[in-house]
Amino acid sequence: MLKKPASQTFFWSGNEACAEAAITAGCRFFAGYPITPSSEIAEHLARRLPQTGGIAIQMEDELASIGAIVGASWAGAKAMTATSGPGFSLMQEGIGYAFMTETPIVIIDAQRAGPSTGQATKCGQGDVMQARWGTHGDYSAIALSPNSVQEFFTLTIRAFNLAEKYRTPVVMLADEIVAHMREQVNVVPTESIEIIDRRKPKTGDKAFFGLEEIPPMPAVGEGYNLVVTGSTHDEYGIRVTADPIPHRKLVERLNGKIQNHADEIADFEAYNVENCEIALVSYGCTSRSVYEAVENAEGRGIKTGHLRLRTIWPFPEKIVRKLAETARAIIVPEMNLQQLYHEVERAACGQTKVIPLNKIGGGELITPEELLTKILEVRAQ
Amino acid sequence: MTETFSTQNYLRDIKPPFCAGCGAFTVTNVFLKAVYELGHKDLSKFVFCSGIGCSAWIPSPHFMADSVHTLHGRSLPVATGIKLMRPKADVVVFGGDGDIVGIGMSHFIHSARRNLDVLVIMVNNMIYGMTGGQVAPTTPLKSRTTTTPYGSFEPPLDATRLAVTAGASYVARWTTTNVNELKESIKKALQLKGFRFIEVVSQCPTAFGRRVGFKDAGEMLKWFKENQLSLSQAGKMTEEELAGKIVVGEFIQREQATLVENAYKTIEEAQKE
Repeated sequence: MLKKPASQTFFWSGNEACAEAAITAGCRFFAGYPITPSSEIAEHLARRLPQTGGIAIQMEDELASIGAIVGASWAGAKAMTATSGPGFSLMQEGIGYAFMTETPIVIIDAQRAGPSTGQATKCGQGDVMQARWGTHGDYSAIALSPNSVQEFFTLTIRAFNLAEKYRTPVVMLADEIVAHMREQVNVVPTESIEIIDRRKPKTGDKAFFGLEEIPPMPAVGEGYNLVVTGSTHDEYGIRVTADPIPHRKLVERLNGKIQNHADEIADFEAYNVENCEIALVSYGCTSRSVYEAVENAEGRGIKTGHLRLRTIWPFPEKIVRKLAETARAIIVPEMNLQQLYHEVERAACGQTKVIPLNKIGGGELITPEELLTKILEVRAQ
Repeated sequence: MTETFSTQNYLRDIKPPFCAGCGAFTVTNVFLKAVYELGHKDLSKFVFCSGIGCSAWIPSPHFMADSVHTLHGRSLPVATGIKLMRPKADVVVFGGDGDIVGIGMSHFIHSARRNLDVLVIMVNNMIYGMTGGQVAPTTPLKSRTTTTPYGSFEPPLDATRLAVTAGASYVARWTTTNVNELKESIKKALQLKGFRFIEVVSQCPTAFGRRVGFKDAGEMLKWFKENQLSLSQAGKMTEEELAGKIVVGEFIQREQATLVENAYKTIEEAQKE
């Protein structure tokens, strides 16, 4: 009998873990443009991808980077780029194109303090709404948010799986802290990791853009006479520039294939949500302080719950609604000026108070003390 | 190989969007004739890539082939990903002057520098035709366009010379009146490797010609014929004498390592270590 391969342990930065996860997920093409705090992903993949038969290329800008990964994806490869706020802004046109053409790609956004150049080396969580609404037109996003190096690894694999399964761009909303910190990462044997590949068409198939909710995807050069366009198109990829019906059908299906599967895409860690007085809804690096704050609050006899979102978009509103039914108040700490807060408030449907707690600048985390003070203040109200 | 040449053997049965007299018809026919003469019964060996603008519609959705119709200016980055991950496909990019050297200028220079293995056919009609005739980086000085009602006050760009400087492996320029030369040039370019660039100076009677005083497409072709010079003729003239002239011919042909060759060599080296 073969000996079962053991898990391996590494001491990686978040960016290294992300790059290694991409390789595990089957990524064979990376195109990017240097930007803090994501550059180590490009550097790591430039060394590692060729070893696996893949290619990493530095393009002239982010417009080209996302264009190149879209091309690679249509050539049949799993492909990824990595950037931060300013580059993420430039990539929005390509994200819209990938959404419209149903191109599986993964975009890593290691968030920093914006707007504009902002504080380039400092952490922020200000791209939450850009990930949701950054490109023009009616659009549905998938965005994930890791809070540890280990999770940056597992969620990067999940990002590829979701992109391949739903044939859509997937954004990883990481942040400077998770990107740059070093932690222990436990990597289980590759055979035990679920890897999803895009569904390929059968010989004779012609409809790659719509007879099914998620159509099969051929590659160029496979003999399908494939027509790919960012214009509104019919099921066969042929452009329809004026007729309202095909546009409705296409754009509603593209949004539906994500929104209808929101429960399946939703991913969160729920602690004591069914029996809490005060609850916190957090994501990314901010959640790391929340753990300690919850412990301290419980130490003072306050029943405290914590919902940590690993999927930000589509917004996991069912669990938030459930939380709103039990908690007397929900606190939403974020390193931005209220972005996901409004989403929590919307999902709470007026059932409970939703209170923001925000801090920006200098990459300063919201501290456990600040969180505890807020919890006590809210409880006293 | 089919006995007689017909563009219909390579095209979908979809009405083309081009105006009467448009140079895109000539480019389509000449390209397909070149492909036919090289012995291709169909377009299965090719992948076409284009951006936004009238010329981007030459391959997509009309060619019965794989085609990726990308964003404005981004055909070359997308072609880069396609070619690197599917090196056996012959990637051909069609685009207008606005697409390739307006919004897509940076990608054009870098693709030539990298010696990306694609053939770019740039149809230069000297105007943004699809959007109604706005000034382009290639519009001749003093031309009246919808956004330069008093005449353009910027000198135009010579994309062909730029391609040479940027490092392309093969560069040629023709007008839509040089049908034979263009066909032979396409045939040659399709058999070469690296970044190949052919500029086709083309007529847009609708959005450019009529605004600058040409009655119809025929008059524009006459203008091309009267103002074109060979490279050797041009070599004897001063910059002032060359103003407003169209220099046609093959500007460069050189053999140099291509992006695909270099990238795959890197893989080999990385795997040896």
